[in-house]
Amino acid sequence: MSEITSLTLTELVKNIKEKKLSSTEITKAFVERSQKSKELNTYITEDFSSAIEKAQKFDDKPNFDLKLPGIPIAVKDLFCTNGVRTTAGSKILNNFIPTYESTVTQNIWQQGAILLGKLNCDEFAMGSSNETSFFGNVQNPIDKNLVPGGSSGGSASALAANLTPVTIGTDTGGSIRQPASFTGTVGLKPTYGSCSRYGIVAFASSLDQAGPMSKNVKDCALLLEVMSSYDKKDSTSIDFNRSKYSLELNNNIKGKKIGIPKEYRVDDMPIEIEELWKKGIEHVKECGAELVDISLPHTNYALPTYYIVAPAEASSNLARYDGVKYGFRSHGENLIDMYEKTRSEGFGDEVKRRIMIGTYVLSSGYYDAYYLKAQKVRRLIKNDFDVVFNQVEAILTPSTPSSAFKIGEKTNDPISMYLNDIFTVPINLAGLPGISIPAGFDKNDYPLGLQIIGKAFDEQNILNIAYSIEEKINFKNKITDWWIK
Amino acid sequence: MSKNNHEFLITRKNNHYEVVIGLEVHAQIKSNSKLFSSSSTKFGAEPNTQVSLVDAAFPGMLPVINEFCVKQAIKTGIGLKAKINNKSVFDRKNYFYADLPQGYQISQYKHPIVGEGKVILDMPYGQKEIGIERLHLEQDAGKSIHDIDPENTLVDLNRSGVALMEIVSKPDLSSPEEVNIYIKKLRSIMRYLGTCDGNMQEGSLRADVNVSVKKKGEEKLGTRCEIKNVNSIKFMQMAIIYEANRQVDLLEEEKTIDQETRLFDTKKNETRSMRSKEDAHDYRYFPDPDLLPLEVTNDFIDSIKLEIPELPDEKKKRFIEKFKLTPYEATILVSDIETSKYFEEVTNNSDIKLATNWITGELFALLNEKNLEISESPISSRNLSKLINLIKNGTISGKIAKTVFEIMTHEDKDPEAIVKEKDLKQESNPKELEKLIDKIINDNQDKVKEYKAGKDKLFGFFVGQIMKVSGGKANPKLVNEILKDKLSR
Repeated sequence: MSEITSLTLTELVKNIKEKKLSSTEITKAFVERSQKSKELNTYITEDFSSAIEKAQKFDDKPNFDLKLPGIPIAVKDLFCTNGVRTTAGSKILNNFIPTYESTVTQNIWQQGAILLGKLNCDEFAMGSSNETSFFGNVQNPIDKNLVPGGSSGGSASALAANLTPVTIGTDTGGSIRQPASFTGTVGLKPTYGSCSRYGIVAFASSLDQAGPMSKNVKDCALLLEVMSSYDKKDSTSIDFNRSKYSLELNNNIKGKKIGIPKEYRVDDMPIEIEELWKKGIEHVKECGAELVDISLPHTNYALPTYYIVAPAEASSNLARYDGVKYGFRSHGENLIDMYEKTRSEGFGDEVKRRIMIGTYVLSSGYYDAYYLKAQKVRRLIKNDFDVVFNQVEAILTPSTPSSAFKIGEKTNDPISMYLNDIFTVPINLAGLPGISIPAGFDKNDYPLGLQIIGKAFDEQNILNIAYSIEEKINFKNKITDWWIK
Repeated sequence: MSKNNHEFLITRKNNHYEVVIGLEVHAQIKSNSKLFSSSSTKFGAEPNTQVSLVDAAFPGMLPVINEFCVKQAIKTGIGLKAKINNKSVFDRKNYFYADLPQGYQISQYKHPIVGEGKVILDMPYGQKEIGIERLHLEQDAGKSIHDIDPENTLVDLNRSGVALMEIVSKPDLSSPEEVNIYIKKLRSIMRYLGTCDGNMQEGSLRADVNVSVKKKGEEKLGTRCEIKNVNSIKFMQMAIIYEANRQVDLLEEEKTIDQETRLFDTKKNETRSMRSKEDAHDYRYFPDPDLLPLEVTNDFIDSIKLEIPELPDEKKKRFIEKFKLTPYEATILVSDIETSKYFEEVTNNSDIKLATNWITGELFALLNEKNLEISESPISSRNLSKLINLIKNGTISGKIAKTVFEIMTHEDKDPEAIVKEKDLKQESNPKELEKLIDKIINDNQDKVKEYKAGKDKLFGFFVGQIMKVSGGKANPKLVNEILKDKLSR
């Protein structure tokens, strides 16, 4: 059975279409492996028996024209799923069962996919290590007591551990790309407006994007193709001509101009990251791409800007969790008392920290100095990219400034935790697409990722570049199944 | 208090104070669905039956702007002769309350959809222009109900997300009467446009009233207080009078007025402090990241302009010019669109002067008495115009017409049929009338003698007798002529 779970999405689809494997066989394989992998704590809510039922139903009446025929997929617990508990990793939504489906998950079910369960994540996607989840830490299958990254930590871990063939995450400041990098998997954050936000528990509305996570670039392209759609229910969804990413995927990047931004050479960057980046540059050169030194002068301001904009939006987005309508409610003497107790008990520390930062930066007297200034800087950061994209077609950087760290290592130092997102955050601020692909290892054999950033709506281009690098590197994750007894 | 000409002044000893009033009117947009969701807006439904996932702020739900509501706001802006902004922005106004499911209200703060405009008031002392500062779109909150359950407050979200226009006036109003006329004019314009039904009982129109006072002639405005959420014109006027006097008393005692938000207690007829400036909510406004800036093209605005009907000011002007009405009559007839329609229907086929008198006289009295809108009038415009024609062509007298009108109030019947049925047709045949008159003269020879001796007043006696004998049907004009002729012989 372990063979089935180590297959890629593309291979599984092929096997199903050629009737070599049934949906039931595949689903059972992932369910069984998932059940043996509880120690990783990747699932918040399992939907296994229902998944097997759906697989049997699919096999009774298979439709091979679908893009994800009978493929079981576990998703981040930030996507609302009709009839299946959706917690966003928070106590405050511990008992919340939506009566509606997010557009992105709806899109994948419509193409034949089957829900395996809901995957752990940082509370309201606020975190870079999956340690802020009310449902506990997630283990990185790469090594015991290693964080999988965050906030899509459960997704990355489940994917790397072969508990789901692909998965979907959300990325507000790096929440797909950083955990992908930490687990040796592929993760793509699409252009803002590519994937509908309808039915996704909101963190920071102007930054949130859902995206695919997979074992290779081809799977990533296929999943993105299914997830991305124009949606009238999301006013920020964009109606652009979406490419058939998996069909148009190719490794020909000859003559492509790829930018190397000098500002991403940060102080104290581990030598192995520097080496990895150099290696990546060599690979794209060998593929015939042309390297161009570029400058993104406002890069330094991205992280502080992000930590004003994102908490500001979050402080407002999370106001609805007040114990009045749904979710957790604590008893109070009066309305204010009920609010205070519900929110004090219902939210974790990191969420509270960001609500407080966000409330502060929006307060009268501080708004201009913080929020408004941050919006102006955000514009400058976007302008940096606009200028650079007149010279180059994509940008190559490391995904993270380090490899995965130990559980508990940074929990008492929020700033050092926030610094993890230094390479991914500017891309969210600019609304651009970015993909992280595994490209090497550090001295502990922990995976490291490279990030390719593209122009808005140019996902096909970064997928193609990633595809060619992937071919060159031929990365193989080193996972020992240590958690399976 | 004194009223010199049109000035509304509050007087203490030798000090005269002027009152400065600005209104923030919240007008519910007439629309079948809400501002950002497709839920129904129908008034009076069972609690929580018109609530979508968006209205109840479920996780992951997103607002999508209702284009019709945008059109309605622009239409209203055009009606207020205001500048329509090609770009406006929706902001979040953040505060916690049980009937505010999102924890914020989507409103427009720095960039409203409509900019400066004006409203003309017809006051007895002439026209007065009231400046409009802005009009913006926002969502209504739900309703907290405190008096059903003794232990708990219940929340009804039917109203949550309903589209409102907040229309902010400049502080140009200077008396309770001007506020009365302003609200009525605003309501009239919106009813003409079909953008707000203006029903204050149902809460479709409410206002926050800003009041300050200053010594007569002083340029500088005084410190203002805002009286929240007043839902009738009468209460607005009462609140203003109370509040202005309260402020004047403070100034007279050389105390300062605190800028604050106050509530009007309708039972005690007083305003009370709700929160001071220091305690004012910090709403943490910021642009709603779920919504893009609202952009409307000039073509879009122009297409809406084509739908704008003749508005009260223009209609009044036309009525005066075309129908030779007095400004007073015209103002009354255009104030309500249904009234103006009725009037034009009647005058289409009948005499204007008579129509004006009958509508503003008998009909208004009837509607008033029965507490009916003109659209519910028991007498159709068609039948009223027929009645007027019967008077005009001499078929019945004005007096008989009142009898017919009275019959018509019970049954909207063709007045011609009533006249025929009840045999009320006026006697205008001179020969028949002469017979009647001769009889009265013969029967009252003594009175004839007195009359001829100079007692002119007796003429009325003869007319009265003739009318009585004819059952009121004798044509009074002819009776007069013939009688005069006969008595002078």
